[in-house]
Amino acid sequence: MSLPDAATAAAAEAAARQSYGRLLAYLAYRWRDIAAAEDALAEAFASALENWPRTGVPRSPDAWLMTAARRNLLQMARHNRVVDDPAATILLPDEYTPAPDTTGPPFPDDRLKLLFVCAHPAIDPAVRTPLMLQTVLGLDAQRIASAFLVSPGAMAQRLVRAKTKITQTGIRFEEPEASELPGRTQAVLEAIYAAYTLGSDGAPAPDSAATELTDEAIYLADLAASLLPEQAEAAGLLALLLLCEARRGARFDADGAFVPLHAQDAARWNKPLIQRADQILWMAAARHTPGPFQLEAAIQAAHCHRAFTGAAVPWAGIAQLYGQLVALSPTVGAMVSHAVAVGEAASAREGLALLDALAARVGRPPLESYQPWWVARAYLLARAGSATELTDARACYTRAIGLTSLPAVRSHLQKQMSMLQNK
Amino acid sequence: MQYMLVYRQPGEEFNKAADPAQAANYFGAWKAYMGAMAQAGIMVNGHGLQPPQSGTIVQIRNGKRHIQDGPFADTKEHLGGYVVIDVPALDDALEWAARAPSTSIGSTEVRPVLPAPPAA
Repeated sequence: MSLPDAATAAAAEAAARQSYGRLLAYLAYRWRDIAAAEDALAEAFASALENWPRTGVPRSPDAWLMTAARRNLLQMARHNRVVDDPAATILLPDEYTPAPDTTGPPFPDDRLKLLFVCAHPAIDPAVRTPLMLQTVLGLDAQRIASAFLVSPGAMAQRLVRAKTKITQTGIRFEEPEASELPGRTQAVLEAIYAAYTLGSDGAPAPDSAATELTDEAIYLADLAASLLPEQAEAAGLLALLLLCEARRGARFDADGAFVPLHAQDAARWNKPLIQRADQILWMAAARHTPGPFQLEAAIQAAHCHRAFTGAAVPWAGIAQLYGQLVALSPTVGAMVSHAVAVGEAASAREGLALLDALAARVGRPPLESYQPWWVARAYLLARAGSATELTDARACYTRAIGLTSLPAVRSHLQKQMSMLQNK
Repeated sequence: MQYMLVYRQPGEEFNKAADPAQAANYFGAWKAYMGAMAQAGIMVNGHGLQPPQSGTIVQIRNGKRHIQDGPFADTKEHLGGYVVIDVPALDDALEWAARAPSTSIGSTEVRPVLPAPPAA
């Protein structure tokens, strides 16, 4: 088999990048079997690489790939002797025939159905994000596993199990009923958000998050917002990710040292991105359906405003927003951030009281390895400043350092700790 | 389940232990990491090792003994130490592996420990 030429490879890669998700969603929806659709599509791409050098790149690569994939599925059905299966007949070409010179998308966009399937209540929450990344974006299991710090073999197995479950339990590829839409949408959005934060160091505001899948997460958030224009929370998530993205360039200085949010040079933030996010958030607010992602976005927008006003961080307003957020969605991450905000707006000791209340509420075991709780505690104890509090701060910094995996953050915390010695 | 975490890093990293400017941070990071595992209640045992040059390699081939001071010349990453931890699943062991100071410059191998053989 000869290697594909450069034009073929480029065309196939472009089709994969732009259209993989749409192609797979269309096939999976009609065939009701994601794994089979994936295999058929993979074969179609392989045969494109083999044939296009000879026949030339088709005017509509997507239509070509779709036809090839459907043919593969039908062949598979015949091989498995399921020709009488209604699903097989639905897939026969009569459903539509794209005009040979179509260059635009030749088939409808079923990705929303696919997103809802991936985030279905029956799917294990831990595999929803990986499933989305694999089916909508075509990422391979090895890359997904590495990003989530999971064994690639184990990840591949979990994905296979999830897809089998979808087929066997007959989970329907459809948009939920209106009454279920907000809840099901929230599950989709949470899965997309998990791709942005990757749970690395558990930090809720992704100032220390790995950047591995941020582009993919933003793509999915943008897609969700465009496919769900009535859902304010989808807009909220997109605004949140854009605001975090706007500050990404300022997280490390020229020497690669970590720069915490309050110390970042706002001139290095992406102002057009902040403005775009503000606009998205503003329009979402007009729907009067507040939710956790809109609140988180509003908090990040408040942090970003000093880029335009040069004013100090509006901690009182931020603390209030966090108060609303934890009332609505009491995650450990939000409660830690709330405590820090109160520590800044009111007093360090009031913030510490909230951290202790959190520990009383969830118990110590889940917090023993939760780095942000220790960082927050160290920071507030250092601000409170009495001799016993400083000793305690040192112990908290030590623990936080032991729980940190990013070397730049570890160095930063070690520096903060050494500054305590001089007090 | 018990997993051994084996820490390896390039030779230059071991020099930090002897450098007064870097020793405090180097040992501070390892102490903090070991402390965090102890506090999490997962530590079974573990040891840091003296630097690679302090090791001696023993081989016997065809009845002949070969002894070498220090590591093999072509080894890129050298063993620095190990721990055995008891955690619910591999994912948890991988998370702890990611936190080791040497993981961002060397590599950490995670291996399930063989269960003890049944008593005779």
